[in-house]
Amino acid sequence: MAEQVLTDISALRTSPLAHMASAFQQGAVAGKRGVSARELAFTTQLGLRAEPGSEAHAALAAATGVGLPASVGEVAGNAEGTAVLWNGPDEFLVVAPEGTELLDDLVAALGQSAGQVLDLSANRTIIELSGPSARLVLEKGCPADLHPRSFGAGTAITTVLGPVPVLLWKTAEDTFRLLPRASFADYTARWLLDAMTEFASPEVD
Amino acid sequence: MMLIECPWCGPRNETEYGYGGEAHVAYPADPNALTDNEWAKFLFYRKNPKGLFAERWVHSAGCRRWFNAVRDTVTYEFKAVYKPGEPQPIATTNAPAQGGTK
Ligand SMILES: [Zn+2]
Repeated sequence: MAEQVLTDISALRTSPLAHMASAFQQGAVAGKRGVSARELAFTTQLGLRAEPGSEAHAALAAATGVGLPASVGEVAGNAEGTAVLWNGPDEFLVVAPEGTELLDDLVAALGQSAGQVLDLSANRTIIELSGPSARLVLEKGCPADLHPRSFGAGTAITTVLGPVPVLLWKTAEDTFRLLPRASFADYTARWLLDAMTEFASPEVD
Repeated sequence: MMLIECPWCGPRNETEYGYGGEAHVAYPADPNALTDNEWAKFLFYRKNPKGLFAERWVHSAGCRRWFNAVRDTVTYEFKAVYKPGEPQPIATTNAPAQGGTK
């Protein structure tokens, strides 16, 4: 009988921005005007769709363990564990650490009801941009109002950075997570590194 | 640059939106009964008024939802936005107000 060999293929995975790791390191700016970027690769991402008020919505909200966000900007849960971002009135994105086993529970919770549970983990990668100048970098190419009075920590919106559609998630006062689709990740990373460059020099009056 | 109010997301830059043309163009009850001329009019002929116009917009870069708006084509000012299925709040040359707000 042939021997079955189970190989762990996770070591063979390459994240969309693996090739940018050293560029991120070199592009990091320290100090008062500091800003740096890094990739948070291989997170678990699950797309959910259910009409608010429906049975499916209630079942999914219970199954995520952190509920579902009710309106634009809202994030259910937290950035360290399981979080659910609001993508539209009936559309949500679960973002959780690598290896989080939620898919089966959510599929079971939805059952035969009208709605959707989909593993989207490979769809988007995450770039974390942090530092005192992080907002200034984003404001060069994001048309949304990023002032803390309208975009506070713990909120997320769907918008664009330059020409790239991204989910923009502010996880702390000076920390933003950008979720571009994998095929846009390289461009987004290079766009950010270019926008970060000026902060390495003293401010021009 | 102009802010457009999405019924779900609130004010966002106009670059996040796409234009969908005239709103409230009813789908023919019996498309098979239409002549080619009538079908072409349904598909391609749209009003182009000077003044208030009810039209469709889509928040492509945001929540990706379609909604309706009443816009003044002279000033570009948005007078109202409303979700699909909601009554048109202000009368326009292409569609009457359907009640709702005063
Ligand atoms: Zn919207």
